[in-house]
Amino acid sequence: MIETNDLSKQFNNNFWAVEGVTLNVQPGQILALLGQNGAGKTTTVRMLTALLSPTRGWARVAGFDVAKNPQAVRSNVGVLTEQHGLYMRMTGIEYLEYFGKIYRLDSQARASRIKYLLEYFGLAEASRRRSGEYSKGMKQKLALARALMHDPSVLLLDEPTSAMDPESSRLVRDEIARLRSSRRTIIICSHNLAEAEALADRIAIIYRGKILLSGTLDELKRQVLGPVEFEARFAEVYDAGDLNLPDGVEIMSRSETSLKFRVEAPQISNPKLVHALTSRNAPLVSFHEVPRKLEHVYLKTMAEAQGLAYAA
Amino acid sequence: MRRNWNAIWLVARREFLDQLRDWRIIVPMLLLVTLFPFIADDTTRQAINFMNRFGGDLILARLVPFVILVIGFFPLSFTLVVALESFVGEKERGTIEPLLSSPLEDQHMYLGKLLVGITTPLVFSYASIGIYLVLVSRRSIELPSIYLLSLVLLLTFAHAVLMVSSAIVISVQATTIRAANLLASFVVVPVAFLLQGETVLIFWGNEDVLWYAIAGVTLLSGLIVRLGISHFRREYLLGREIDTLNFKQIGRVFTERFVGNAKSVRQWYAVELTSTLQQLRRPLALIGLLGIGAIVVSYLWVMVNIPVYLDLSPETSDRIKTLVGQNLTNLDNLSEQLPMPVLFFHNARAVVIMLLLGLVSFGTLGVTFFLVNMGLVGGVLGGANLIGFSPWLVFAAGVLPHGIFELTAVFLSTAATLKAGALLVTPQPDKSLGELFLLALADWFRVFVGIVMPFLAIAAVIEVYLTPQLLKLVFPFF
Repeated sequence: MIETNDLSKQFNNNFWAVEGVTLNVQPGQILALLGQNGAGKTTTVRMLTALLSPTRGWARVAGFDVAKNPQAVRSNVGVLTEQHGLYMRMTGIEYLEYFGKIYRLDSQARASRIKYLLEYFGLAEASRRRSGEYSKGMKQKLALARALMHDPSVLLLDEPTSAMDPESSRLVRDEIARLRSSRRTIIICSHNLAEAEALADRIAIIYRGKILLSGTLDELKRQVLGPVEFEARFAEVYDAGDLNLPDGVEIMSRSETSLKFRVEAPQISNPKLVHALTSRNAPLVSFHEVPRKLEHVYLKTMAEAQGLAYAA
Repeated sequence: MRRNWNAIWLVARREFLDQLRDWRIIVPMLLLVTLFPFIADDTTRQAINFMNRFGGDLILARLVPFVILVIGFFPLSFTLVVALESFVGEKERGTIEPLLSSPLEDQHMYLGKLLVGITTPLVFSYASIGIYLVLVSRRSIELPSIYLLSLVLLLTFAHAVLMVSSAIVISVQATTIRAANLLASFVVVPVAFLLQGETVLIFWGNEDVLWYAIAGVTLLSGLIVRLGISHFRREYLLGREIDTLNFKQIGRVFTERFVGNAKSVRQWYAVELTSTLQQLRRPLALIGLLGIGAIVVSYLWVMVNIPVYLDLSPETSDRIKTLVGQNLTNLDNLSEQLPMPVLFFHNARAVVIMLLLGLVSFGTLGVTFFLVNMGLVGGVLGGANLIGFSPWLVFAAGVLPHGIFELTAVFLSTAATLKAGALLVTPQPDKSLGELFLLALADWFRVFVGIVMPFLAIAAVIEVYLTPQLLKLVFPFF
């Protein structure tokens, strides 16, 4: 579990890298921390790893206060850093062995964990080669294996799939999803919005050290983009001019063969809307929710934060 | 204990393996380690020929230990790069963050890297010395005794610890490898000077004195290691604080400490300076004891040893008294020969030099400089006694009048220097090394500006105008 309250970090030059961050990530949840470069994601993660001490506020990670019990925090957290941080002259197996010893795993646990991770990430064949000879994706996978080596209850992953090919990215996403199902608490810092959308239970958008938005994807979409939109498509030209709309439904746009509605309460209004259309013998082909991506939420939030106009 | 050692060894072992796999470290080192003893052996051969032709057996007998010292030093200076980049190199390569995020404790990381930093150069140094000894054993030259050889090997070890511990402090504090390498001169050059001093001791022939060098270097190394561990902060290795040199903030921190909360000069003296002086009680007591001890030891040494070297018959004593009298007749126009401002400047400069020496040695060199001065006072009093003057009278008339102010100023400034040095090696989690340095400096300047300078000015006036008159009153034949 990760809990923070008013977590803030000021550097000596009076620059607040992070200010007033309050988060709550439960076991079995993934939080995606999104933001521009320099927004404060890495500083936040470093405070959660007890590498930087908070200037104000507090954070508890895996049940331990980062300021009062940093060693316990570090023992229970797996970190994938921005740079992979591999020792280039060590082989993959030596590298994992080294960190296994640092995390005080006994030799049996180390051996089985290394075997599992190398096989899972497809690095078994390359495990006796020096990591300097690995491709970018392989390096990233080895770094992720290092973060998972001690089977931590909390994972802080900075760009976990960067530099990976699609197959490897899928593999990593599956592993992260598996970890969530085994009640791990996970924070992912990412610029990959599709990945965040696919994995995250909760999303927080950070800008200039402050959390602008935080919540589930649906909550953020509703908050930023407004009520859900639905689209009705017709088999032929259809004039819906005098269509009797239920309360809370508004037509957003129309073409000859489609209509877009904004619906306040879909569970109540949509059956009525479909009934209204079919009772008028509208040549209805499909009725579906208009997909709204996290990208729209993020870009609109960022544009507003910077005082710019957002064009979807 | 065992767990600590395992963690330290874990860090060290990885570094050892890393070095052994890096041909850019191994090949040049092997070349240097094997070639240099041959060059040194040939130089020894030529020195033997030269000495045999023109004489100089004494120098020849001391040549081998000197060469061993030099051969031992070369690999230390080359392999210093390993220690210099131990932390900053990992930072630049991005490998430090996973390590810092792990449950390894600060001292495990620090001592692991220190162990590698010391062992690698020592292995190369001793290997080089070994090759040289094998080569030189074929020559018709007296090899050093086991005792002297052990002393030189111990000195090499002490040099390695001193250089590597300093290099690791640099590595923790530097932001780039380039900056760390530039700062390496501050390690290599002082140790090279130290080596020259030790060479003098070797050629002097009194090898027992080398123990003092070993003890001094070991003490300094210990303090540097303590400084390094005290100020090892994961945060500073990753944070932005050390990336910028903020003169405005430096000035602010210094001024805030120096001025304190005082609103007027009177308040500053009454509250701020008084509080600084209260904090100086323990160092002042220590300095007082050391100072008095130095005077007494030096006085006794002169009393015991000088008669062994000098004939102090009544005739000789009279001749010395006459000589002293001739020199001291100039006391009447002392203010022309040594104007008061010059004397004040001289004394103030000595105090500042003590501070500077103290700051680079955690107070130890500053205290040593102070002890030498106190030793001189004791020596003069002993000398006066030997030629028939009362040391108490000499002290009362020649030292005490201005000494009340001058010695008080010197004792206080030395105590402040010692405290500044101690502050640097005392762990303070909420302060960086730079911040502590500024605070220590500001505290010292409080004492310097508030007491030392006024006291030295008063002492200079007394020394120039009053002390000569008192001396003439007490010793009328001058």
